[in-house]
Parts: sequence; structure tokens; C-alpha cells
Amino acid sequence: MSRIKEAFSHGKAFIPFVTCGDPDLETTAAIVREMAANGADLIELGIPFSDPTAEGPVIQAANIRALSAGTTTDRIFALVEDLRRTVTVPLVFMTYANVVFSYGSEKFISTCSRIGIDGLIIADLPYEEKAEFLPLCRQYGVDLIPLIAPTSADRIATIASDADGFVYIVSSLGVTGVRSKITTDISELVRMVRQSTDIPCAVGFGISTPEQAADMVRFADGAIVGSAIVRRIGELGREAPAAVGEYVKAMKQAVSR
Amino acid sequence: MSNSIPQSNSKGRFGVHGGQYIPETLMNAVIELEKAYEHYKNDPDFNRELSDLLAGYAGRPSLLYYADKLTRTLGGAKIYLKREDLNHTGSHKINNVLGQALLAKKMGKTRLIAETGAGQHGVATATAAALLGMECVVFMGEEDTKRQALNVYRMRLLGSEVIPVTSGTATLKDAVSEAMREWTSRIDDTHYCLGSVMGPHPFPTIVRDFQAVISKEAREQILEYEGRLPDAVIACVGGGSNAIGSFYNFIADESVRLIGCEAAGRGIDTFETAATVNTGRLGIFHGMKSYFCQDEYGQIAPVYSISAGLDYPGIGPEHAHLHDIGRAEYVPVTDDEAVDAFEFLSRTEGIIPAIESAHAVAYAMKLAPTMNKDQIIIVTISGRGDKDCAAIARYRGEDINE
Repeated sequence: MSRIKEAFSHGKAFIPFVTCGDPDLETTAAIVREMAANGADLIELGIPFSDPTAEGPVIQAANIRALSAGTTTDRIFALVEDLRRTVTVPLVFMTYANVVFSYGSEKFISTCSRIGIDGLIIADLPYEEKAEFLPLCRQYGVDLIPLIAPTSADRIATIASDADGFVYIVSSLGVTGVRSKITTDISELVRMVRQSTDIPCAVGFGISTPEQAADMVRFADGAIVGSAIVRRIGELGREAPAAVGEYVKAMKQAVSR
Repeated sequence: MSNSIPQSNSKGRFGVHGGQYIPETLMNAVIELEKAYEHYKNDPDFNRELSDLLAGYAGRPSLLYYADKLTRTLGGAKIYLKREDLNHTGSHKINNVLGQALLAKKMGKTRLIAETGAGQHGVATATAAALLGMECVVFMGEEDTKRQALNVYRMRLLGSEVIPVTSGTATLKDAVSEAMREWTSRIDDTHYCLGSVMGPHPFPTIVRDFQAVISKEAREQILEYEGRLPDAVIACVGGGSNAIGSFYNFIADESVRLIGCEAAGRGIDTFETAATVNTGRLGIFHGMKSYFCQDEYGQIAPVYSISAGLDYPGIGPEHAHLHDIGRAEYVPVTDDEAVDAFEFLSRTEGIIPAIESAHAVAYAMKLAPTMNKDQIIIVTISGRGDKDCAAIARYRGEDINE
């Protein structure tokens, strides 16, 4: 069983996100260890990009902090290599197409495989363009995780039937960020995905409270939280790891109820 | 895991460039746009309406003006100016905007959003929105709202909302990013009226088709006036919409040199440049594969040009392809050269060009004297320079109140 499948095999999954290098890579390492120790089932590691067009203000600011601190793809690879000596939960990168392409797609994806990255989420890579990276991802055993949005409608069957890893369901229109209410009919989206695949579905975008997370996993297999965590890191800086650990613990409890 | 590896389903390719690298949330919106465009571009009623607007409202055809004094002063090839500055709203941007706004209206959209650099595309979009009774929101880098304060006022006067963008470098690329973000949050009633031949398919094709009227007219006009094709066509390139419009109907005429003038800023050997073909490399950004100014890790570079309209780190995918196959040349022109040309054309012909267009004039000033007197150059004056007067005065150390 792949590590990603395994992550969904013991109840509902909680999936936290962190932007690597915000405010520095040592803090990111501490945060990832706290996340793993407090029950994170899978961790999304954001590789910062100068122009993150799918992100709201909170994660945009984290990208700027990380890049200003000198974070690079190579330094993030080194961070992951180091983390993998103790951290066993599945790790996936979330980034933008140019970060992978510009590094050299094969060099990037083969390095992911070597250092223990289990999957890749690329915010600006729709189904039509997945051939850009998919052959390499399958060659090196890195799951290319597709996204499905509230606007996907007739595209869901095509996307889901060809998915690897898990299906990332975008809960709402717009960019990443905390939302007081999620109005999309998640149960319907999950039902449509389920018609084409039995691969796990996790919902992200807008989730911040334990109640919202618990609500999402009534239908989906997992809940993804980014901005609510990144906002805490923005506020607490190097002091963030313990607080993030507490938060992850509460969220994991909420989805496990 | 299924083991079949799908073939590329990518659409809108120019050689290796183009495609649709955008968030899934926007995919059905661009598919809907493509379907609508494929239908309406062959619809006689749509084309009649658009032609009527271009002729009766925008003032087309634009003049192909023989610049006799400029020609004699430079002492070489005959220079014709394609006068897009004479269009309503003062630039070529209206050609594309009328097409897209009309298309959006047919699609049942009631709201237009747009990015703008110098403000010319924003003003054109605000104008079309006013005319067609649509809501309009324009995203403009905060830096550019200062450089182009007059255009901000024009957009507001026309009933549009102008949102200053503070993210990133607060210039054109950030305005594009913010317009894309806005589009993902409101798609049902909103059309993203993209201003250049860039972004995801079908935008590079749609915008090119609407701008191709420039070379369609210029080709007919030069054949009428001179009985022959020009030896060179010169236009400035940021994203590249006036350039592709100026080139398109000459691409099959292999004897015609096609020359795009990139904004070199303080020079292509400095970091303060926006000359994408000359200093960038292949990448994926803003929905397309093309050339971009970027660092070794693919982070998009903060670019610089005196011209807010050319201050963009990428170039449209069709230009990237024309460069790859050697059909068009892309040359760098510095701030200093552009400002000299801005002043030179004003004094010589009594035509104040946009600082963007002055980049094309600057290269014509270099090229014309090297050619002989029976050769012909067409230079596209993509816009008028009134908007730039205060900034150029400042560049020359003169502080004027607008």
C-alpha cells in the first residue's frame, strides 16, 4: 500500500499545510515534527512561489516571508531529507508549475522520489496539462494529485477516473483563505467523484475550525487546512511550532469523532 | 492507480508554447469562452455589430501615415506610421476590448474585470463597459496608479472601479495575478477581459484575432499607396498584442521583416529590464508556457521599464514561437532610447507617441538610416503619449502639475 493510501486507512484524515521556509526552514522542520506527533495523517509542504495566483493574502504573505528568508527548492529538498530520518507520515509538495518545470521536471520529480516525497499538488495544472508531469510522476512513483472545484461539473468523472493518490476537493470558489461559511454542496461533489473512483477525497480551502472540519468529513475522507495554520505562523513566527501542534491535535480529534 | 498515461490534451499551442496552465476552478470558464468564441467568430450578426463599433465608435480604419519629415531627417527607408493612437481611447487596446466585451455580452455576462499596466487597456475596458452597460472593475498595480494617475481618473470617470494592487512588485504582472484571483471567486456573471495575447488558451488567439485588424488594414493601405509590401514592420512588445496585430497578416509574406521591440529598461545587462526574449527563459506562468524573466528556481523576476505597459516579465506564446522559428526578431530598446524617440517624434512630426510605442520608434530611428530610400518601414504607433507627459517631464528633471 502506498503511504498516501495508508494515510486514509485509519479513519478520517487530517491534513495540515505549511509553507516551507516561513519564517525559516528550522521552524518549518519543528512545525512538521509537531504536526506528525499530534496526529497529522499527511502533511502538505508548500514550496514558495513568487506569484502564487491561487492563494489568498495569508499564504501569499507566507510565500514572501519564505522567499525573503532565502528559501530555495534545493534547501527544501535538504529539509525533507533531514525530516525523513524521523518523520514517517506521507509528505506531499504543493507548488506551482514553474517551480517544477524550471528546476527541470525530471530532476525535480526524481529527487522527490529519492527523498521520500509521496505526492505532488500543482495549483496551476489542470487535467488538460497533466501530461506535462504525469509520465515522470508515474515513472518515479510520485502521485500527481488532481484538484476538483465547485465549477468542475462535467469534468469530475474524467479527472477522478484518472486520479492518483487522493482527490483534492476545492471547497469554494476563489483563492485559499479562511471562510466563515462553506456553501458548496460537498456531499454532492464527493458523490460525483465516488462514481468514478474509490481513491480517497480530501476537502480543502476555507476550513479553519474543528466544527467545519468535522462537517467536511461527514462526506469526505479528509480535511485539509492551510491558511488557518499559516496565519498562526505569521503571528507567532519561530514560537509557532507548539501552537501549531496543539491546533493539529484539536483538529485531528474533531475529524476522528 | 491506473496505468494508462493520457496523451496531452493541451489546447492553444504555438510550437511548444501556450496551453492552459490555470487552476481547475477556471477551466470550465475558459472552455465556455472558447466555445462561445468559436461560434460567434463566424456569426454574421456578431461580426457586423463589431465592424460597426470599430468603424462608427473607435474610428477605424486607422491612418497609415507617411512620415515624410521623419523619413527625410533619418535619411534612409521610407517610414509609415500605423496610427493606432488615433483610435477612440487613444490606443490599439480598444480593438480587442470591443470584441471581447461584445462576446461577453452575447455570453450573458454583465460584469467585466481587467488588468492594466499603463492604464490604456483599463481605460478601453471601462469605455466598452460604459457603452454596453456593463459593470467594470480594473486591477492596476499601485506603482502604476502613481505613474499613470490620469488614466486612473479616466477609468473612474467612465464608471469603473479601480483596485490598486499592492502584492508583489505592484505592477502589471501583479495586476494580472489579482484579476485571475478575482475571476476564480466570481465566474457566473463575470468575463475576464484580458488585454494582451497572453494567459491561457483561448486568450492569445482571441486577442490576436481582434488585433489582427491592424495588419489587415496596414497591408491593404501600403499596397494601395506604394503598390508593394513593406520591408519591415516594427512594433513594441510587452505581452505583445499590438505587435501580433501588426505582424499577423504579414507572417506569410516572408520578405517582410517582423521586429518586436522589448523594453530593456536600464539595459539587458542589468537586472532593471523587462526584455523577456533577450533575458528570459522557457517557463510556465499566468496560464501559458512561454519565455519569462525568472531566477534559477523559477521565481518570476521583478522587471523594470519606464513604460508601465511593457513592464511585464513574460511574452505572449505566439511571439515566443515566432522567435523560435526565426520568423520575427525581438530587439531590446532602453529607457533612454525610448525617451529620446518620444521627444524626437514629437518635434519632427508633431505626433506624441505613447512611451510604449516610442520603443518601436527608437528602433526605427536606428534601422531606417541603414536602409536605402526605396525601402519601406511600417512602425505601429500603438498609443498616444499624453498620458506619459508628466512622467517624461520628471525623467528630464522637470516637475509639472497635471
